[in-house]
Amino acid sequence: MQNLGISILFKGNNLLRLMGGLWITVRISLLSALISVPLGILFGMFMRLPSRLTKLVSRIYLNFIRIMPQLVLLFIVFFGATRLWGLNLSNEFSAVFVFVLWGTAEMGDLVRGALNSIPKHQYESSQALGFSKGQTYLYIVIPQTLRRLIPQTINLVTRMIKTTSLVVLIGIVEMMKVGQQIIDANRFEYPTAALWIYGVIFFLYFFTCWPISLAARKLEKRWSN
Amino acid sequence: MDWSFFQKYAPDYIEAGILTVRIGLIGILLSLLIGILASSIQYFKIPILRRIVAVYIELSRNTPLLVQLFFLYFGLPKLGIRLSAESCGIIGLAFLGGGYMAESLRSGLESVRQIQYESAYSLGFSKTGTLIWIIFPQALSVAFPSIAANVVFLLKETSVFSAIALADLMYVAKDLIGLYYQTTEALTMLVIAYLIILLPVSILASILERRLQYAEFGH
Repeated sequence: MQNLGISILFKGNNLLRLMGGLWITVRISLLSALISVPLGILFGMFMRLPSRLTKLVSRIYLNFIRIMPQLVLLFIVFFGATRLWGLNLSNEFSAVFVFVLWGTAEMGDLVRGALNSIPKHQYESSQALGFSKGQTYLYIVIPQTLRRLIPQTINLVTRMIKTTSLVVLIGIVEMMKVGQQIIDANRFEYPTAALWIYGVIFFLYFFTCWPISLAARKLEKRWSN
Repeated sequence: MDWSFFQKYAPDYIEAGILTVRIGLIGILLSLLIGILASSIQYFKIPILRRIVAVYIELSRNTPLLVQLFFLYFGLPKLGIRLSAESCGIIGLAFLGGGYMAESLRSGLESVRQIQYESAYSLGFSKTGTLIWIIFPQALSVAFPSIAANVVFLLKETSVFSAIALADLMYVAKDLIGLYYQTTEALTMLVIAYLIILLPVSILASILERRLQYAEFGH
């Protein structure tokens, strides 16, 4: 007798295994976000330095990272580094490394945009009021920048979580891979497993990213004026 | 670096590049259409459809393309819906891009101020005339940067197609690495191929973006 496809989720600890896979995805993206936020802030300030050379270097870096698909970057680091320099990087390290490279570039651009959005008269007014340079940044510039930056950073995190789905292609056993294993193991008992498993993975991703996106939008609205 | 490799396998990359661009373009055009349709439904506040569009936009923007493709390519056949890898790629890209395009267009339409409508009506424009001649050009100039960013994003996302056995650039590179173990050469050519496709698009986008800024009222 054929089983109803959806019951495969409740067989053994399949659902738990899928959630474990999701945690691996989330862990990689959160770790990358945690590293790339401070690096991105530094990179954003670096991009604003008034030197031609630093501007050129940062633009090349930013545009290269932005133009290359993340999957290509993953392949370059995971396969290329081994071949070129004999570095035997684990796939999880390669993934975090690539997402940090990418996140730093994106975060840097957000920081630069936020800093540029502060009109010059804010600096001049605070100077006229007798604020020192450090005080101007601490009390005037940074609070205004943060309002703009925090929702965008949260959005970057959801983008990272979504992009982390690619790591299955360099062999990390995350949610997609666990799903494939479950499907393959139950090929004969549950022939329609693929439909249910991939459907559940779709919604698990959705319910991970959606609340975060909602929070970003709420904050953006609240702070927009 | 083995230079003869470049000569020998350039045709493979060109063929794969054409496939990438072709599927990418069809997907992008479809996603623009979906975006226009979805944003107009929201703009005209059509009762029930509006809810469906809202759900669709959230679904497409909050799930990765790879997962969408796996569902289309491996999941749907279990329901008896069998699609070729290519149509899965196009449908997936259009599903993903439609949500992004709709959001860009919506924010463009929202940015046009009420006074623009009122002025147009007082000058004797009809409702559709106002939309076509007054509102849409301004909305487009505001939405353009994010539409252009979406185009680049969607072209990049096509790299995922290799996972459902579409012979795109990524697939060819993976194949050559597996066959000949010339990783450095294969990856270098992959990077060059993506640069050839994406660099002109992103440069053109930034030029157009600067030019279109003049269309915004008050600049």
